[in-house]
Amino acid sequence: MKSRYSIFSLARNAMNYHKDWERAWRSPAPKSEYDAVIVGAGGHGLATAYYLAKNHKLANIAVVEKGWLGGGNTGRNTTIIRSNYLQDPSIAIYELARSLYEDLSRDLNFNVMFSPRGVMMLCQTEHEFRAFKRTAHANRLAGLDCRMISAEEVKKIAPIINDDPNCRYPILGAYYQPRGGTGRHDAVAWGYARGADSLGVDIIQNCEVLSIRRDGGKVAGIETSKGFIKTKKIGVVTAGHVSTIVQTAGLRLPIESLCLQALVSEPIKPVLDCVVMANTVHGYLSQSDKGELVVGGGTDPYNNYSQRGSFPALEHTVTALVETFPIISRLRMLRMWGGIVDMTGDRSPIIGKTDVEGLYVNCGWGTGGFKSIPGSGFVFADTIANDRPHPIAEPFGLNRFIEGRLIDESVAAAVAH
Amino acid sequence: MLIVHCPVCGAEGDETDFHYGGEAHIRRPATQDPTTVSDAAQRDYLFMRRNPKGLHFERWRCDRGCGKWFHAVRDTVTMDFKATYGITELPPRELMEAASGEWAAFFKDKLDAAKPSRKGKSS
Repeated sequence: MKSRYSIFSLARNAMNYHKDWERAWRSPAPKSEYDAVIVGAGGHGLATAYYLAKNHKLANIAVVEKGWLGGGNTGRNTTIIRSNYLQDPSIAIYELARSLYEDLSRDLNFNVMFSPRGVMMLCQTEHEFRAFKRTAHANRLAGLDCRMISAEEVKKIAPIINDDPNCRYPILGAYYQPRGGTGRHDAVAWGYARGADSLGVDIIQNCEVLSIRRDGGKVAGIETSKGFIKTKKIGVVTAGHVSTIVQTAGLRLPIESLCLQALVSEPIKPVLDCVVMANTVHGYLSQSDKGELVVGGGTDPYNNYSQRGSFPALEHTVTALVETFPIISRLRMLRMWGGIVDMTGDRSPIIGKTDVEGLYVNCGWGTGGFKSIPGSGFVFADTIANDRPHPIAEPFGLNRFIEGRLIDESVAAAVAH
Repeated sequence: MLIVHCPVCGAEGDETDFHYGGEAHIRRPATQDPTTVSDAAQRDYLFMRRNPKGLHFERWRCDRGCGKWFHAVRDTVTMDFKATYGITELPPRELMEAASGEWAAFFKDKLDAAKPSRKGKSS
């Protein structure tokens, strides 16, 4: 067990000029066999390993990562956390995740900087207003703390917003989740990695999975760039690259990989203390603790594995936000980047078993993966440990596409996550 | 920014002048005989997608030109267009041969069907 981080450990290490901090996780060489292997050391994969070890007492597990942990979409998202989705199964899993975030720093003994600063989803057309009202009713029935707020209240919460009633898309009100907010994305990956490692999980970085080896209808192990690893259970949690990995086991998925971009401005004084999403005009905005405005929008339309997005998509997002927040028009942007997201037809994730015994997938989170990390890991660990879907994960199984039982969030979630 | 070429009217423009139409060569199974279509086949038609890292065969529409749909072969890693071809046509033979994974499996019988012409028969 690792020594705990506390004010006392900080003081003790300050005395030693911070030379004696213990490494947060080991870098072990892969063993020849594990009880379970998780492919992908992003937030979802590390959370899965953590809960497998913590809740299901599986210690002999490994997380295998092509690059470095948290270096994929976990480090590329805009860190928004909310759970105000339309459909009951979505509400259940996203709210599980959001509520786990509330306690996560204490649970992991690692500050994930969860900041429930409120998420405001603007209504800029009559249609959008009514659609969010419907979501509001669905969420109230599910017991979520969310409400519709007036245009005046919107202006009070975010004074920099353009409240001109004559603009192209005037603010008619907003759908507000006060308990939503943001978190520190890297810290979530690091916290889960440290937690999993201290429970005995081997996190193997710089180890690319080349293929999944099958033994008839069962998995036999994985071929990696560091050799063959034998295992009976494989959980694939590789977001945009999930299709290429499961393809080596002869499996197809209803997923397409697209590029989603984000950008961040130069730091400015605090101007915005909540998350604002403008779904009609395709853009959303929050301010980081460093003062940078974090901006995101919709995905590029076409399949893409290059992690470089198209300029028109960025231009579209920025145009929309400048109209909604005129004061940002002269801000310079510091960085922009793209991540490859795994989109399903109904914009809901796929969690569960596959036709191959011992092969589990957790993918299809598309543009909304960060907010769901704790809940996704929690139910996926349970699914792998017990070889049956967790009740909250059950509606998200692959069979929903054959039964036509879709969990349609393309309207509720629109572009913004 | 992608530069797209329309094989129908010859227009060339950036991606905002065109509309992406997703995976190409998808056949609606119920068009032939609706009674024999299994749930799995219908699922494959509606939701299953080839998602290659490499050559992808897809549909585009010439939005601000002739308005016609056409096919394109694009590499999803380099973003290079390898060819564009008509909406009723198959891709150039060398690109069918260069396809990998699920696309290679899809084009296999089409390449095989084209083979008899080598033996002197007209196809």
